[in-house]
Amino acid sequence: MSSSTENFIQGEVKERIDRWIAEYPEDQRQSACMPALRIVQECHDGYLTTDLMDQVAEYLGMAPIAVYEVATFYGNYNHQPVGKYQINWCNSISCYLRGGEELREKLEEKLGVKTGEVSADGKFSIKKVECLGACGGAPICKIGKDYHENLTEESLFKLLDELE
Amino acid sequence: MVYQNENCFRLNHLENSWDIETYVANGGYEVWKKVVSGELEPADIIEEVKESNIRGRGGAGFPTGLKWSFMNREAPGQKYIVCNSDEGEPGTFKDRDIHRYNPHALVEGMAIAGYVIGASQGYNYIRGEFWEPYQVFKNAINQAREAGFLGKDILGSGWDFDLHVHLGAGAYICGEETALIESIEGKKGQPRFKPPFPASYGLYGKPTTINNTETLASIPMILAKGGKWFNDLGVKNAGGTKLYSVSGHVNNPGNFEVRMGTPFKDLLELAGGIWKGRQLKAVIPGGASTAVLPAEKALEMNMDYDSIAKAGSFLGAGSVIIMDDQTDMVKAMKNLSHFYWDESCGQCTPCREGTGWLYRMLTRIVDGKGRPEDIAALKDVSGKIMGNVICGLGDAATIALTSAVEHFEHEFVHYIEHGCSIYDRT
Ligand SMILES: NC(=O)C1=CN([C@@H]2O[C@H](COP(=O)(O)OP(=O)(O)OC[C@H]3O[C@@H](n4cnc5c(N)ncnc54)[C@H](O)[C@@H]3O)[C@@H](O)[C@H]2O)C=CC1
Ligand SMILES: Cc1cc2nc3c(=O)[nH]c(=O)nc-3n(C[C@H](O)[C@H](O)[C@H](O)COP(=O)(O)O)c2cc1C
Ligand code: SF4
Ligand code: FES
Repeated sequence: MSSSTENFIQGEVKERIDRWIAEYPEDQRQSACMPALRIVQECHDGYLTTDLMDQVAEYLGMAPIAVYEVATFYGNYNHQPVGKYQINWCNSISCYLRGGEELREKLEEKLGVKTGEVSADGKFSIKKVECLGACGGAPICKIGKDYHENLTEESLFKLLDELE
Repeated sequence: MVYQNENCFRLNHLENSWDIETYVANGGYEVWKKVVSGELEPADIIEEVKESNIRGRGGAGFPTGLKWSFMNREAPGQKYIVCNSDEGEPGTFKDRDIHRYNPHALVEGMAIAGYVIGASQGYNYIRGEFWEPYQVFKNAINQAREAGFLGKDILGSGWDFDLHVHLGAGAYICGEETALIESIEGKKGQPRFKPPFPASYGLYGKPTTINNTETLASIPMILAKGGKWFNDLGVKNAGGTKLYSVSGHVNNPGNFEVRMGTPFKDLLELAGGIWKGRQLKAVIPGGASTAVLPAEKALEMNMDYDSIAKAGSFLGAGSVIIMDDQTDMVKAMKNLSHFYWDESCGQCTPCREGTGWLYRMLTRIVDGKGRPEDIAALKDVSGKIMGNVICGLGDAATIALTSAVEHFEHEFVHYIEHGCSIYDRT
């Protein structure tokens, strides 16, 4: 997938970023760096490239290195292609205590994908993340923007089967 | 009888509890009207909040009234009120539900706090994964604006106040208040040295008050019913009600709003007791950053600062993680140590390197390759992190582990001597 990213920040992408810029004081455009990266990533099949980060830097008047720092510090930015559905799997204690790890192994088996990899058809990738702040519903995962709680092998597989 | 849902969760049983209509029908924004009309003065509000004895619900337990009094309302220049909704401590999931079920209490609490400290702008830092809670909160802001409770010249008072959201992007450390500030400023979330505290040098270098979601959402009811009312719900040194997130090996995990000082046993019962008919083995009472308590100590404690401290741990954010009698403590600690290693921001050498050491040693022990000197080494590395780092994450990385080694050392020894868990014996 080598979509051209020349002038990526225009049209809807630009409008969305501008709305975030307006949330901060006028002389603090840099504050919109995180939302800008998120929006650009969302509109670029879920991952960032150096070129895209450079465009964010230019748009916000930041040094490119400052944007790279942000983009690599925070766990939700991806720097490699991801699946159409990225399964963010909680790895932390409450999910672990309720069988999260065993369930992730079954998930890997079912999809034929290891954690950190993308399935051959590009449909799924699994990413291990730390506590998602919904431990009462353990074990849980987040796909796209949605949380899926109290997962069992059955409910998880059903969920996956329903994804187009 | 255990009293439930008297403050932040008081509307949860109602349909559309998140809607401004429901909130207003139940007394919502009445306090805010009194504040902007001048009927309730900032100094009086601080007195009420002090009398309520509410302490920071983000985990450190700093008295909220005292924190607000550090701000000079009359000083010229921009000031900020910031809400900490980064909620990332394993075992903690209460602030998510405040957003989902009672977002207007948070809007009103932030507005009141902003007025008291002289801040015309507020930011709510919501962790980026909380998309649905963010949507509900954003809707609440819009509703409040439409009703004239936010914006310019609020209800003809001449006072301006507006609210914004900053979304995180997957970094636990941004819950630390100075890292959170850096993050809103568009930087890596690396904590600053304290002092200076945010009250003197905060967001964009301006005086800032940062409070946890639950702290701020508790304020409207405290002022509606009075500081004394809130204080009397709780026990000495711990006013009011508290949200406890109960997770792990219970039948009915979830958030429970109960009075401070509620016996742990009662809370456990609310959460349906231990699952699968098993027995309680251990409890982490305040989130992953607090010490593990063996069952016999936990069963005697009450859920308030002093009682939990007496038992040997900390109330923290009220995140109660329950472990049953089949829990492999060494593996559980390996899981926790991975968390801290993963989430260390890396600027202090003892934390960056030490958390890696702890994780690798625990992995080696669990893999059956532990060495006799490993237990001493775990203690030694922990001791070298503790107190030698900039923020609480480094210390926290050692606390649960150190207590687990103290109370369950035989499990670590068994792993090292036999290459397997005490539960693996056939
Ligand atoms: N809710 C969650 O997800 C998490 C909560 N925590 C909790 O956070 C706690 C540590 O928080 P910290 O902010 O590092 O504790 P801290 O004790 O440094 O600060 C607590 C609050 O009081 C204020 N403060 C303290 N002393 C002050 C002074 N002399 N002057 C002015 N203001 C002062 C600080 O600015 C801060 O807002 C831990 O105990 C842990 O339980 C930790 C991780 C995650
Ligand atoms: C590593 C670390 C993570 C933290 N995460 C959170 C958090 O997610 N939410 C929170 O309210 N406080 C968190 N805190 C505590 C904050 O630094 C701060 O004490 C709190 O937001 C102040 O609000 P309060 O006085 O109302 O509790 C964290 C502290 C540390 C050291
Ligand atoms: S203690 Fe750890 S997380 Fe905190 S500032 Fe130092 S390196 Fe960063
Ligand atoms: S431990 Fe999985 S959501 Fe908190």
